[in-house]
Amino acid sequence: MAERNSIQWDAVSIKLVFGLLSAVALVFLIAPTVIVLITSFTASQSLKFPPQSLSLRWYTALWDADQMQRAAWHSLVIASWTTVISVVLGTAASLAIARSRSPLLRAADLVFMSPLLLPALAFGFAALIFVNKLGFTPSISFIVLGHVIVCVPFVLRTTLAALSQLDPALLEASESLGGSAWMTFRRVTLPLISSGVGAGAFLAFMASFDNVPVSLFLADERSEVLPIHLWQQIETNLDVRTAAASGLIVMFTLVLMLIAEKFAGLTRQMR
Amino acid sequence: MTASGSRLILPLAALFFACFVAPLLVLLALSLHSDVAMKAWTIGNYAKFFTDPFNYSILVDTLLLGVKATLVCLIFGYPIAWLCARASARWQSVLLFLVILPILTSVVVRTFAWIVILGRQGVLNQIAMGLGLVHEPLRLLNTEMGVVMVLAQVQMPLMVLPILTVLSKMDPNLADASRVLGAGEWRTFWKVTLPLSLPGIIAGCILTYSANITAFVTQSLIGGARLIYMPLHIYQQAVGANNWPFAAAISIIFMMAVIAVVAVLSVFARASETYGRA
Repeated sequence: MAERNSIQWDAVSIKLVFGLLSAVALVFLIAPTVIVLITSFTASQSLKFPPQSLSLRWYTALWDADQMQRAAWHSLVIASWTTVISVVLGTAASLAIARSRSPLLRAADLVFMSPLLLPALAFGFAALIFVNKLGFTPSISFIVLGHVIVCVPFVLRTTLAALSQLDPALLEASESLGGSAWMTFRRVTLPLISSGVGAGAFLAFMASFDNVPVSLFLADERSEVLPIHLWQQIETNLDVRTAAASGLIVMFTLVLMLIAEKFAGLTRQMR
Repeated sequence: MTASGSRLILPLAALFFACFVAPLLVLLALSLHSDVAMKAWTIGNYAKFFTDPFNYSILVDTLLLGVKATLVCLIFGYPIAWLCARASARWQSVLLFLVILPILTSVVVRTFAWIVILGRQGVLNQIAMGLGLVHEPLRLLNTEMGVVMVLAQVQMPLMVLPILTVLSKMDPNLADASRVLGAGEWRTFWKVTLPLSLPGIIAGCILTYSANITAFVTQSLIGGARLIYMPLHIYQQAVGANNWPFAAAISIIFMMAVIAVVAVLSVFARASETYGRA
C-alpha cells in the first residue's frame, strides 16, 4: 500500500511541478502584451497601470503624429520589399539546396543561416562602413538589402522544411508526363510547399518591420523607421502616444498571426 | 538534381556575397587599421581591447548575461514544451500560439511593456508592496536582474520550439518501458526523457544564447546607459565616439565569441544525438 501511494505521489508531483512552472512562464510570456494593450487605452497623462479610466484619446492623438506616421509608412514599404525579395531568392535557393548533397551547397546554406546567430548590430555597422567606402549615402534601398540578409533565413528554414516533406515521386510523375521544369514547379511543387513559403514570408515581414540593429546604421532622418522612432521616444520622453502606437502594433500583429495561422498553419510550421 | 537546378542558388549567393560577405571583410580590414583612410595595417585596436580591463569586463559581463538568461529560459521553457507535447492537438495549437506571440510582437513594444511593469510605480512593485513582501519599491529597471528577466521573456519561444520538436518525436514506448520496469515518474524523467531531449535542449540553448547576448534593444532600454554590454559598446564607439576602427575590432571580437560558443555547443549537440542510439 505504501508502495502504491508513493508511486501516485510521484506521478502527481511531476505534473504539479511542471504545471506550476509552465503556468508561471505563460503568465510571464503573455502579461507584457496584455498590459501594453490595456495601458494604451488610458485616459490619463501617465503610464500608470491599471489606468484610472479608459479612453481613446491617445489613439486619436496618433492622427496628428506626422513623424510617427511617416516612420510607419517607411517601415511598411521596407518590410514589403524585403519580403518579396526574400521569398523569391529564398525559395529559389531552397529548391537548389533541398535536393543536393553537394558540400558546396551545404556550406552556402550555413552562410545563409548565419545572420540568425551573428550579432545583427555588428552586421549593420559593417554595412554602413561598406556603403560609406563605396561612396554612397545610406538610403531606403540599402536598408531593404540589409533587411533581406537578416530576414531570408526565415524563408529558407520554413521552405526547406516543406520541401523535405515533398514526395519526389510526384515530381518524377510530372516530368515523365512531359511537364517542363517550370510547369512542374508551378503546378506541383509550389502548391505543395505554399504554406511553408507563406509562413516564412510572414516571419520575414515581421522581422523586417521590427528590425532595429540594421536600420539603426542605414537609416537617417529622411528614412526613419517605426521601431527606431518608438525606441527614441521611449529613451527620451515616455509619451502616452507611444503606448497607443504599441497597442496598434500588437493588434496588427495579432490579426496577421491569425491570418497566417488560418492560411499557412503558422504554429505547425514553426515546429 | 540537374546542374540547372543547382543554379537556382546563384541569385541569393550573389546577394550574400555583395551584401554580407564583402561588408564583413571590409569590417575585418578596418579593424586592422588605425583610421578610416586605411593606410597602415596594425593590431593596435585588438591590443587596446585586451589590455584594458574595462573593455575586457564588458565582454565577460555579456557572455555571463547570456548564460543567466539562457538558464531562466531553460527552467521555464522546458516545462512548457513538456506540457505542449502531452496536450491534445487543439490545446497544443493554443499553447504554441501563446508561446509564439511574444517573439512576433515588436521587440520595442515588448520592452516598452516591461518598463511599465518594472518601473518604481510599476505593476510588479505594486503587487509586491500590496502583498507586504517589500516595504519600499524595488529597483528593477537598470539592473542586471531586470535585463535577465526581460531577455528570458523575449527569447523563451526559441527554447520551447526545438525542445518540443524533440519531445514530440520521442518514442513513448521508452518512457513506458522505464515505468513498467518500476522507475517512478521522476526517475523516468531524469534518466530517460531528459537525456533523450538533449539535442533539443542544446539547439534551444544555441538559439537563445546568441539571441540573448546580441539583443541590443532590450539590453539598452532595460539596462540603461550604466549597464554596458557588447552591442551597446559597439554602438557607442561607432556612433557616439565616432571611433570606427575600434568599433570594428569590438564587432569582430564579439562575432568570434558568438561563433566560438555556437561551435562548442554544436559539438555537444552532435555527441548528445548518439545517446539515444548507444
